[in-house]
Amino acid sequence: MTLGGTTSPYAAGFVANDTPRIVTSRFDLEDGYTLDRYLATGGYEGLRSALDREPGEVHGEVRDATVLGRGGAGFPAGVKWGFMPPEVWPRYLVVNGDESEPGTYKDRLLMERDPHQLIEGCLIASYAVGLSQCFLYIRGEMALAQERVATALNEAYGAGYIGKNILGTDFSLDIILHWGAGAYVVGEETALIESLEGNRGMPRLKPPYFPAAIGLYGKPTIVNNVETLANLPWIANNGSAAYRAIGTEKSPGTRMVAVSGHVKRPGVYEIVNGITTFRQLLFDDEYCGGMRPGRELKAFVPGGGSAPWFGVDQLDLPFEASEIGPQGSMLGSGAIMVMDDTADIPKAAYSLTRFYAHESCGKCVPCREGGTWLERILHRVVNGQGTSRDLQVLMEVGGTICPGNFPHAASERLGIEAASFPYQMTTICFVGPSAFAPIHSAMTLFPEDFAALVADNDDLAEANGDHGFATNTAVPVELKGVSVR
Amino acid sequence: MSETPVRITINGETVEAKPGDLVIAAAERAGTHIPRFCYHNRMSPVGMCRMCLVEIDTGRGPGLQPSCMIPVSDGMVVNTESDRVKQVQEGVLEFLLVNHPLDCPVCDKGGECPLQDNAYSFGPGESRFVEEKRHYEKPIPISDLVNLDRERCILCDRCTRFADEVAGDPLIHFIDRGSQTQVNTFPDHPFSSYFSGNTVQICPVGALTATPYRFKARPWDLSAVESTVTVDSTGARVALQSSQNEVIRVLGVDSDAVNWGWLSDKERFSYEATSGQGRITEPKVRTDDVLVTARWGDALKRAAKALEGEPERIGLIGGARLNLEDQYAWAKLMKGVVGTDHTDAQLGDGLPAPMVLGLPRATIEQATAAGGVVLLLGIDLKEELPTLYLRLRNAARDHQVDLVEMAPRRSALSKLATISVQPEPGTVGVVMTALAEGRTDEAIGGVSPEDLETVRALLSGDRQVTVVLGRSNLAEAARYTADAVGALLGLDPLARFLPGLRRGNVLGALEMGLTPGFLPGGVRRSGVELHNWASVPDFDGRDTEGMLRVAAAGELDTLVLLGADPIEDFPDRDLVDQAFKNVSTVIAVDGFVTSSSSRADVILPAALFGETDGSFLNLEGRLSPVRAKVTPAGQAKADWMIAVELASRLGTELGFVTLDELQAELATTAVSLGEVDWGRVGSAADGALVNHLRSWVLEFGEGAKAPDTNGQGLLLVVDRKLWDQGTMVAESSSLAELAQPAAIRLAPEDVERLGLGAKGKATVSQGDDTHEIAFVADEKVRPGTAALAIRLPGFDARALISHGQPVSRISVRSMGAN
Repeated sequence: MTLGGTTSPYAAGFVANDTPRIVTSRFDLEDGYTLDRYLATGGYEGLRSALDREPGEVHGEVRDATVLGRGGAGFPAGVKWGFMPPEVWPRYLVVNGDESEPGTYKDRLLMERDPHQLIEGCLIASYAVGLSQCFLYIRGEMALAQERVATALNEAYGAGYIGKNILGTDFSLDIILHWGAGAYVVGEETALIESLEGNRGMPRLKPPYFPAAIGLYGKPTIVNNVETLANLPWIANNGSAAYRAIGTEKSPGTRMVAVSGHVKRPGVYEIVNGITTFRQLLFDDEYCGGMRPGRELKAFVPGGGSAPWFGVDQLDLPFEASEIGPQGSMLGSGAIMVMDDTADIPKAAYSLTRFYAHESCGKCVPCREGGTWLERILHRVVNGQGTSRDLQVLMEVGGTICPGNFPHAASERLGIEAASFPYQMTTICFVGPSAFAPIHSAMTLFPEDFAALVADNDDLAEANGDHGFATNTAVPVELKGVSVR
Repeated sequence: MSETPVRITINGETVEAKPGDLVIAAAERAGTHIPRFCYHNRMSPVGMCRMCLVEIDTGRGPGLQPSCMIPVSDGMVVNTESDRVKQVQEGVLEFLLVNHPLDCPVCDKGGECPLQDNAYSFGPGESRFVEEKRHYEKPIPISDLVNLDRERCILCDRCTRFADEVAGDPLIHFIDRGSQTQVNTFPDHPFSSYFSGNTVQICPVGALTATPYRFKARPWDLSAVESTVTVDSTGARVALQSSQNEVIRVLGVDSDAVNWGWLSDKERFSYEATSGQGRITEPKVRTDDVLVTARWGDALKRAAKALEGEPERIGLIGGARLNLEDQYAWAKLMKGVVGTDHTDAQLGDGLPAPMVLGLPRATIEQATAAGGVVLLLGIDLKEELPTLYLRLRNAARDHQVDLVEMAPRRSALSKLATISVQPEPGTVGVVMTALAEGRTDEAIGGVSPEDLETVRALLSGDRQVTVVLGRSNLAEAARYTADAVGALLGLDPLARFLPGLRRGNVLGALEMGLTPGFLPGGVRRSGVELHNWASVPDFDGRDTEGMLRVAAAGELDTLVLLGADPIEDFPDRDLVDQAFKNVSTVIAVDGFVTSSSSRADVILPAALFGETDGSFLNLEGRLSPVRAKVTPAGQAKADWMIAVELASRLGTELGFVTLDELQAELATTAVSLGEVDWGRVGSAADGALVNHLRSWVLEFGEGAKAPDTNGQGLLLVVDRKLWDQGTMVAESSSLAELAQPAAIRLAPEDVERLGLGAKGKATVSQGDDTHEIAFVADEKVRPGTAALAIRLPGFDARALISHGQPVSRISVRSMGAN
């Protein structure tokens, strides 16, 4: 089965390696998404095995396995399930397939390449916590994933894996497919629930921190990420002990990461949780194979677009949340974006900030107004019209969104210590701080890149009087550097 | 409350707070104001504006939390003044002003603007924003009454939350996302809510402005008094604001007991009528069949002469517009001086006065208290008493009460009701009798056995039942409602009532004896001597219908119209016409030229709402002050002064010449007001309740009977709409156009069965009369019935009522068909 380091012809972006294959085992198969192939490769065996046991036992198995949530927060799924108040029905499982974090594309592949594995995961989870309705929320832009999941659902219904009295047992489940309408913040679980209910996709206020007690339609609800659920068939088949044998005590099993940027072989990899380091992932031949020839690593984003950036000093950290947090960032959704020495750091930061400012849902003020303001200042700066005062305002505006220490990585070169994750914030959810994260990281790690952009403008700004900015929006870009004295 | 208070520390000071209180409210109570925009104490918190962020420590160290979202807990430490909090407050205000146009000098809100105030108190003083601001088209009308300036909007969700959560009219919402988010209506659906004015009042910036007030005044030029709005019987508390002796704005006052600060647009904007086109400002006397302006003295002389005749040939209709003191003065004039008992404040469109006066009363607070059952008996609250609708809607939405609706057609509350049944017109009495007798095994009045049983179970349990009682079908005799009430008291003797008569101070008028057989204080006429009164009538008078009948027969010489317009309001138009022809003298005490007052022989101009001092008795029996803000228009006088003048021209004195003297006499004469604390009436936002213990026993007739409803065609329901051609709406320039043309509402299945097509007009016959009337399919209408509201432009619904019949039947067919 193992293709060892060759690119699969069937899963664009997926690169196999020698890591145990828990969720990507069918990614090399051309027809891995069909029911026939799924059944021929051990499909729905995990469900049969679960249905032979009491629901509580299955729940216990998942809890013992310690499946850390793969959506970003890394909360153990089995523990999350336990937050459901007992004896309250109806209760719902909501599958978060609204994968939209910049750089993240692992769930899309899971849904495109192995939709039955996800469905089987839903069935096992639903059986374990005793519910009969599951909502599968798939991001609106993922056309192929939608088509494959829809087809798989029809196949599974037809074959009796979903519906009434599944496999002749008392267990019944309906899975309802729902397509998103294109809002990033709906990846946040409470916003996803709002969207499912037909409201605007806006996050709910916390507490309650989990929708387990009051979720969809005000009922107990579990929201799990696609990859989290995809682990369940393997655990049902092989047991929690086998799962825990992979990875570390705190972070068992494997996880999928999506690498993009300036490496030789960007793609999706299944790596060992808690053990594989960023250096191995980015430089080992069985993974990304190192930087492009002649280039050096400058910085990388370790956990999706909203994560504070790391530099070369953090390369030897493993994929272990408890080690990443104190170093000022997070593992998040497992998206690694790599920048080499050719990268335009301010532009990279601008690109990410623009995304978050655009994706603000508009609910709370600091994100709605502050995010856009950050974007506009940074736009001026990267276009060579900024001043050092603009750089200061960037940090001050960000400070209103996130008062206090913003997390950042340690840098030997600059002699700074890490400020650890997470942070205080004035917003309801993480979208607002996410707009500031790339600016803060870029300006902390590479102040000279920004200083160079504004170097010539401060004199001009002074000449412009007490506005304190180099140009106003009416002044064309070409005027940059022209002395008005 | 039995709950033990929790102790929290706010800025170093330990205070007690009620469990469940939000930090922002607990702090307010303890004297610490936390700035806010989106938080409103009558709506659920959303935590959107982030202005109220404070540092809260519940044992895990201080963290920034929105104080409008966090309930207090024991030992909680709150800091609202830390450096971190100040940094955030300055930051949030800077963000809010980033795209705000700062057009305060031309903004109606300037001077009373929370954004302005908070910016001065908590803001950074200057902005670092140098970019171009966000631009939108300057104010866009989102309804006939409300304009929206999206540039000023700070997206606090107050108006949209109000529309959805409180009013149940989710017609405005956020559109677009991120920094392009804006409030707007749905395409082609204006914000035509009966409650739209509330959004203007609660807007924390100048984004929403009301057409009637726009650019009229600056807040610092306004002066205000607190008063009670008299346009319907809810008695909502308001602040009346004027500039240059003109009332130019009415704001809702947050009274816990009554309106919670909300007002319907009719309550809010009908002050305009006071300066309406049809306002009468000088006395008029008919000379050679033309009404000509007269001096007060001449008009009073003519009126007094007409009141000198035989008491049994003199009658008075109306009085619901008046303040309680005016009503007392007129009752004393008519019953104590003139000596007639022919008085009626209702116009044949209400409920039997003895029943209204005798039923045990509930308060709105009791009706909405958790755990109760509220029976809506024959009333459409949204159309008739909209502010009470908001209170009950809130209670039902929060699942505090079970609503049981029993009315001729469904209403806006049906969706929130635990059960809604529509007995066939005329059958409500037998339906309730069957429930009282436990007969729920077969359908009655078209209500299924299951529904009957559900209603019976809800009404007969241990829970407190409050009945909101109305008459929303003028084509059905009022006695069926009385039958139902009688039966209901058999089912639950402890039921309490809110009489949903909608006309202004009608409960005050009945209490003051402006109804046959009663004297002030809710006492029966017979065998009673009243303190301060020389005499009482020696016969039982007639109600409005009775008066009009004897008048039509030439047996009434003088008819006083006390702010009444029977020509438009009395259900039988022909009878009124006949009565007006045969009465020698009609005296109209009115503020407006109406169909009736324009046919009067003497018009005495009355001072109106905003021009008079006095009291109001709302449907709960709650006494609250009505206060003058401006001087009466022209030569208009307060109604009680007119009564005093007439009495003196009749050669006697009423016994008072000032309002204080009048109130003092009222308090000693009317037993139900004997224990009222008048100081409290004037000072407390929730007024004072009057005593409703009656010295007489309320009696109901024998068992209910249903009319014979067999026959061809549809049973007629004549109901009401808030926007009609009533005087107060028609005379208010901003409201006059809101009344929709008359259209007969039919159940969709009837529209199909009758082959009427999608829309248009239908031929409607009642007896030999045939009309062409627009129709609409309306799923709220019970199949087999046809509903049409009274006093709408285009068609007079009274033409379809079979007068003297218990119910009315009409036939509807497509135009051209026979």
